[in-house]
Amino acid sequence: MSIFWNVWIVGLTLTCLGLVLWVLLANKKVAVKDDGNDENRTTGHVYDGIEEYDNPLPLWWFKLFIVSFIAALVYLALYPGLGSYKGLLNWTSVGQLEREQQKGAEKTADIYSEFMATPVKELATNPEAIKMGTRLFANNCAVCHGAAAVGNYSFPNLTDDDWLYGGTPEKIKETLIHGRAGNMPAWGDILGAEKSGHVSHYALSLSGSEHNAELAEKGKPIFAQYCAACHMPSGKGNQLVGAPNLTDDVFLYENTYEDVLQTVLKGRVNKMPAQAPRLKEEKIHILTAYVYSLTLEESE
Amino acid sequence: MKNHDIVEKNIGLMVVLIIVAISFGTLVEIVPQFFLKETTTKVEGLKPLAAVELEGRDIYIREGCHVCHTQMVRPLRAEVERYGHYSVAGESVYEHPFLWGSKRTGPDLARVGKRYSDQWHKAHLYNPRNVVPESNMPAFPWLFDTTLDGKYTAKKMQALKKVGVPYTQEQIDGASEAVQGVTEIDALVAYLQQLGTLLTHKR
Repeated sequence: MSIFWNVWIVGLTLTCLGLVLWVLLANKKVAVKDDGNDENRTTGHVYDGIEEYDNPLPLWWFKLFIVSFIAALVYLALYPGLGSYKGLLNWTSVGQLEREQQKGAEKTADIYSEFMATPVKELATNPEAIKMGTRLFANNCAVCHGAAAVGNYSFPNLTDDDWLYGGTPEKIKETLIHGRAGNMPAWGDILGAEKSGHVSHYALSLSGSEHNAELAEKGKPIFAQYCAACHMPSGKGNQLVGAPNLTDDVFLYENTYEDVLQTVLKGRVNKMPAQAPRLKEEKIHILTAYVYSLTLEESE
Repeated sequence: MKNHDIVEKNIGLMVVLIIVAISFGTLVEIVPQFFLKETTTKVEGLKPLAAVELEGRDIYIREGCHVCHTQMVRPLRAEVERYGHYSVAGESVYEHPFLWGSKRTGPDLARVGKRYSDQWHKAHLYNPRNVVPESNMPAFPWLFDTTLDGKYTAKKMQALKKVGVPYTQEQIDGASEAVQGVTEIDALVAYLQQLGTLLTHKR
């Protein structure tokens, strides 16, 4: 802070305090002496026949002002209020934050190091870790995957045993750390509307969803040629590229002709944001255990 | 007090004295911040908003997002734990007007950039209850139907340049073309996805 602004801030602050004190003390005086005659105690103003006493401030009120004035001086001595003067306490908002963070870190250090040393599969059965995981999930994951982790239209359900990229602790952690970019290419321009329709019916037939069997038959060779590379010839998908299994009853979008056709024509882009830039390793570990535990309940 | 009738009977003088009495706070607490190095130096990597992001910001203002969402993470442990690094002045040097807000009905958005996917933002803005059932945020479906025409984008940049945002002539010339045909939702999401991404902090 330059000397100019130092002088500016200190000067104005003290001037303001000085003026406040002056107004206060000036008001304490009584202009007209109290000589027992009420008429001599008025200011001399008459408003529609109403006269005004010239009384001093009540004493308790005056004293309160003095106390608050002293409090202001003490505050300015202790805290950084006067230019670049740091105050006797050396207080800063960031310093206070760091102290609180330090305190928090000390409190959790033992728990975190214990959890970090526990493998995910074991941690997933630790009620305390799951409780922490629930909170972390609610704050970081629930907006997409839902508070109960059951997913949403286009956001995967994490409580079933169907996984796009794999449900082992390693794969879940990988997903959390690096995120995932799911990309179903658009086939509309390549296949055209008619063939896209056929292959959509075939895709629906794989899961036994409502479809037109005749058109699905026509779609079968198209699927083999264009779709099988990712979704595999069986339609069971490929977790290495995040291609969904089309033969089960779990759907990221709806299993209607309109929705599947839309997917084929326009493609789908899904993104799981990477959490490593935001969350500490310990928290990702606990979250992994939490997400893994959701599947345990399912398979029980 | 013997002379107070001078003030009481002279309204012009009283106005002046009132202005003097109430300006100390502004002069001491606000005015120096316009000039101090600590508050006017930009954070590393800060660039003026691109044309589409700038239009997105204006949609953010038009739809009143700032009325319910702040863009100010305070240096308190609970906030830093939830949102990320606390906001610093250097992040806002190109903000005219700033959108720090004063009321949180929804969460703070200062660090929302890259936190969720584009697709989530679109689903959420189309109808928040589609993805967050307990949300009370209004839906903004019209953003998907309206496209930007870029009529005023260059002028907005010129105006911002006048108050110190370093847009290049090239950016101003290409502004209208850059935003033409972009849907409002894409512009808004582009704006949201860059919010607060310059300061990273693991919580």
